[in-house]
Amino acid sequence: MERIRSFIDAAGWPRIIIALFLLGLFVVAPFVQVRLDASISDTLVRFGMNGVMVLAMVPMVQAGCGLNFGLPLGIIAGLLGAITSIELELTGILGVLVAMCIAIPIAAVFGWAYGLLLNRVKGGEMMIATYVGFSSVAFMCIMWLLLPYKSPNMVWGYAGTGLRTTISVDGYWIRAISDFLSFQQGKYFYFPTGMFLFLALLCVLMWLFMRTKTGTAMTTVGSNPDYARASGVDVDRMRTISVILSTVLGAIGIIVYQQSFGFIQLYMGPFYMAFPAVASILIGGASVNKATILNVIIGTILFQGILTMTPSVINSIVQTDMSEVVRIVVSNGMILYALTRVVKVKSR
Amino acid sequence: MKYTLREQISHFLVQYAVPIIFVLLSVFAIPLSRFSTQYLVQEMVARLARDSFLVLSLLIPIMAGMGLNFGMVLGAMAGEIGLIFITDWNVMGIQGMLLAMIISTPLAIFLGWMCGVILNKAKGREMVTSFILGFFMNGVYQLVVLYGFGNIIPIKNPALVLSRGFGIRNVTNLAGIRHCLDDLFSFNVMGITIPAATFLVIGAFCLFITWFSRTKLGQDMRAVGQDQEVSDSTGIPVERTRIISIVISTVLACYGQIIFLQNIGTMNTYNSHEQAGMFAIASLLVGGASVSRATIPNVFLGVILFHLMFVVSPMAGKYLIGEAQLGEFFRVFVSYGVIAIALVLYSWRRHKERERARRSLRGAA
Repeated sequence: MERIRSFIDAAGWPRIIIALFLLGLFVVAPFVQVRLDASISDTLVRFGMNGVMVLAMVPMVQAGCGLNFGLPLGIIAGLLGAITSIELELTGILGVLVAMCIAIPIAAVFGWAYGLLLNRVKGGEMMIATYVGFSSVAFMCIMWLLLPYKSPNMVWGYAGTGLRTTISVDGYWIRAISDFLSFQQGKYFYFPTGMFLFLALLCVLMWLFMRTKTGTAMTTVGSNPDYARASGVDVDRMRTISVILSTVLGAIGIIVYQQSFGFIQLYMGPFYMAFPAVASILIGGASVNKATILNVIIGTILFQGILTMTPSVINSIVQTDMSEVVRIVVSNGMILYALTRVVKVKSR
Repeated sequence: MKYTLREQISHFLVQYAVPIIFVLLSVFAIPLSRFSTQYLVQEMVARLARDSFLVLSLLIPIMAGMGLNFGMVLGAMAGEIGLIFITDWNVMGIQGMLLAMIISTPLAIFLGWMCGVILNKAKGREMVTSFILGFFMNGVYQLVVLYGFGNIIPIKNPALVLSRGFGIRNVTNLAGIRHCLDDLFSFNVMGITIPAATFLVIGAFCLFITWFSRTKLGQDMRAVGQDQEVSDSTGIPVERTRIISIVISTVLACYGQIIFLQNIGTMNTYNSHEQAGMFAIASLLVGGASVSRATIPNVFLGVILFHLMFVVSPMAGKYLIGEAQLGEFFRVFVSYGVIAIALVLYSWRRHKERERARRSLRGAA
């Protein structure tokens, strides 16, 4: 009993409710003619698709920069890489790699500038990050119209200029990472091994990085900036590195997402993409100033599980599509919970 | 404390950076858009009447040091629920509007109280919390309006309800109360219609704010805004004062949204409130307000400058580059960019002022 109570205290009620809700959905699924294997496969695919973007939250949270609501900045870099790779007519794994190679330096530059900005506004990072993300997406809407991309698969047919709102990667590098060693079990169960290996690789790299000298220094900056400065750590530099890392991971994350999803979404597509990632890591047990790789994995499975299961199961039960509302309430409720809880702990 | 001229100029530029950028942009864009002066003046008068009240509702939480109240969308939602009811009951004209206000007031008070309690748990990060709270309540609003109305809460008018039998349609027609306040008492000056009744309401509200800031409660709010700990030790109930400021703001935002929608005449059931929040906050910031200091002139200047940009930029984009879409994106960019710049400048200025204060303590070297 005591152990259960301490577990509940550590995990927090919202997380337990969400986990039980998801479990309930899986239990109910077979009774309302929803195929369990298809649901599990969908959940796994979505987990792989979103995992890297959730992982992108870790460095900034650890360095005390808060939740990276400015993730769209990294996503934009990823989009630039992806469309350039398509413009070059590259296919297969090469296409994805080139997309990443182009995206990473762009993301690093964006992240560096964004990091310098966040260093000047300590304390107000999250709100500013949100609006930096929003305004950069809006700015790129203008750029997508004006950038001189020419590939007929990407520009509007009648005008010959201006990129389309959604660009298919079919025929270029659709599932280029996912299909590596992937297998199909029966008609409905697909397991994207490649994507998981890639995510695992990044997670291991992140885990190793957090244990290097720089990584430890970064965590110190996050948990106690004054102590970090007293022990000779350059606080601003560590924060900038964390922001760059987060932005680069955002760029890689969106490319992984696109190769599995099959489409590149431009214009207002990246607008709200930070919120699911933020909600995922919080559901996984992270707080505003502490996050681990385990939080990333648990959170992404729980959140994406709910996103996959609610439309199919709830629709079969009540005959209405409530998935959108469930998504909004769960993700924002979770962010709200995390934001209000931190201060309680501090004031103790 | 003496500052060099250069310091003074840079201080001024930082303080008024956003309005200055906007004035420059407008000077550049107005001739490009080829709108007549009369058209622009008419538009500005109409938009001043339409939006000022919403923007004014942001002032009181700023006074209490809680930053920009992104939670004002909660008030807007309450107002919209009131409007749905009066449209269903077919109450027209000014009575309908008053009834909508009466219905939505308790709801707005409740939502405001809830917002205040939550923000008290997130001191120091009020803005981001109220921002997310707005999103969260948007989900709850959808749950109620899209699934509850016509299901649990009876709606008689079939024109309001989706074809499936419950849930309110995406667009609610407010023909019954359209322009009811604007046309109550209006006159023409040189071909420009001035909705005097609306301006009277706004004027009365400005007086209310001025009066309120001089009352005991208003002074308490200022004190709490300055320093919570000092206020607490002088016996001001900090948390209660903060909740009251948010409740007032939410109720006023609710009235503001009703005034806004009676001018527009149709309501985007699921989007109107989100836009209300964003535009009001952007307008206030464009007027030179900051997260910690906002005055009534800021509101009016902001509404005029922001909406001037808003009207002018699509056409300017069209004539300049040949694509109206571009101007459209530009104004979206400007709305978000302005908020970003204002927030950055605020945090940065605070940092600089802290440094300045530290230097003044050091004395002449």
